[in-house]
Amino acid sequence: MTSPLLSVRNLRVTFPTRQGAFQAVRGVNFDLGRERLGVVGESGSGKSMTGRSLLGLIRPPGKVEADRMEFHDQPLLDLSERQMRKIRGSRISMVMQDPKFSLNPVMKIGDQIIEAYRLHAGGGKAAARQKALEMLDAVQIRDPARVMETYPHEVSGGMGQRIMIAMMLAPDPEILIADEPTSALDVSVRTEVLNIMDRLVRDRGMGLIFISHDLNLVAQFCDRVLIMYAGRIVETLAAQDLHHARHPYTQGLLNSLPRLDAPIDRLPVLQRQDSWRDAEPMPDIQKTEFPGGL
Amino acid sequence: MLTVDQLDVWFGFPPDRVDAVQQATFAVAPGESFGLVGESGSGKSTILRAVAGLIDTWSGRIGVDDQPVSGTRRDRNFYKTVQMVFQDPYASLHPRHSVDAVLSEALRLQGMQDIDRRIARLLDDVGLGRGFRFRYPHQLSGGQRQRVAIARALAAEPRLLLLDEPTSALDVSVQAEILNLLADLRAEHDLTYVMVSHDLAVVAHMCDRLAVMQHGRIVEIMSGAALRAGAGQQDYTRHLIQASAGYSRA
Repeated sequence: MTSPLLSVRNLRVTFPTRQGAFQAVRGVNFDLGRERLGVVGESGSGKSMTGRSLLGLIRPPGKVEADRMEFHDQPLLDLSERQMRKIRGSRISMVMQDPKFSLNPVMKIGDQIIEAYRLHAGGGKAAARQKALEMLDAVQIRDPARVMETYPHEVSGGMGQRIMIAMMLAPDPEILIADEPTSALDVSVRTEVLNIMDRLVRDRGMGLIFISHDLNLVAQFCDRVLIMYAGRIVETLAAQDLHHARHPYTQGLLNSLPRLDAPIDRLPVLQRQDSWRDAEPMPDIQKTEFPGGL
Repeated sequence: MLTVDQLDVWFGFPPDRVDAVQQATFAVAPGESFGLVGESGSGKSTILRAVAGLIDTWSGRIGVDDQPVSGTRRDRNFYKTVQMVFQDPYASLHPRHSVDAVLSEALRLQGMQDIDRRIARLLDDVGLGRGFRFRYPHQLSGGQRQRVAIARALAAEPRLLLLDEPTSALDVSVQAEILNLLADLRAEHDLTYVMVSHDLAVVAHMCDRLAVMQHGRIVEIMSGAALRAGAGQQDYTRHLIQASAGYSRA
């Protein structure tokens, strides 16, 4: 067994509100190996907050606490902003949901990639430009030299998302956190973006945290899935076992989806139970710790 | 109920003119549920907006109940027959109008009497209790907001509902509730639906027939059963069905 890239124990994210402290994440435990790890849940289940807290992206007054949050045995919690910046972007990076909001609208795409790359990897402008072209090529953008000279509003959503991925992957991170990377994309573009990420995980041995609300997609794409409900992980499954999920919440989510292959008159509606909020997660029944085995 | 014949919709002027919809032709029978599917930019929402009178640059023929409509002018009778529900329940309700204000305005515009009793009925119809009547949108969840938007559309007692991605901003569990609600309302009130969605499974669940669109053109009109069977006549339809089925590792 290899040691995990990332190890998280009892992660808590708290926001003070007028009604008292609100816990968005309430004691999350997981390890990430060189695998595709899916994190699924409804809006408000704390999945994005979990991803953001790993990179210290929770702004005050939000508070992140954990018994352990280690990246290669290096604690990530309580790093100074300066130390965090060494890790964020270069060793762990993140792709957000909507490229429209994460690219700088008044800067050429090439310049953005070059700037990001030089910030993390240093080096001359010419080398960075070469690297940017390579990365755009790696995410299957046709005519990268032309795209380098365009502004974000001139490219489509799918292209924007691929550009974001190119930018995030230029410094060769060890972990990529992808927060709903394909939710804003059409199905045919989605497949392309997933293929790119899949290849990067396989070829570079990167760890991928794939945050999504789409259970079926995650089951098909990832190796292992964490299901979150109300700030906690209620169940961890090997992706191919998703349809044998044992937690009623996971089953409820799966059943509430209309399916092309199995028509029904009425969709079963998820009946939430208060007991799910604090119950222990389903016992782990996985045979191996990292079924991806990368 | 609704006929659309050789509909063209364009935006802008040459040389920047974009032909958003080209030669779209379909008809929806009373009581039918008709779907429009396609990827973003394929023109599916544009057709709905042209029917509703939100776009004035169109040509061709649109008829509702055998009455032709023109431009963006719609008479009172049209709005009594046709109502629309929009995609984003967070954007389609006025943030400073309470549920009561939203519904009573819609009812007053339709010249309805007995507004107080009707609001209570509308809220019951969409499965919101009376307790929601004086809430503001920020006090409601996404699913509850979409219920209010549906109640607002029902206020006119329409016979044709135009649904533009009514559940794509919602969680799957909430989506199931709203789809069930729409199915119930259609049975109760004898409604006709035209539903736009990018989600083939949702359209197959809700619609008897559907049109597949690509680049502003209707590629194919097929039955829901044919969609389930994956029996597309056109390459694009089959490609779309396959891509929607999910991800298979290359």
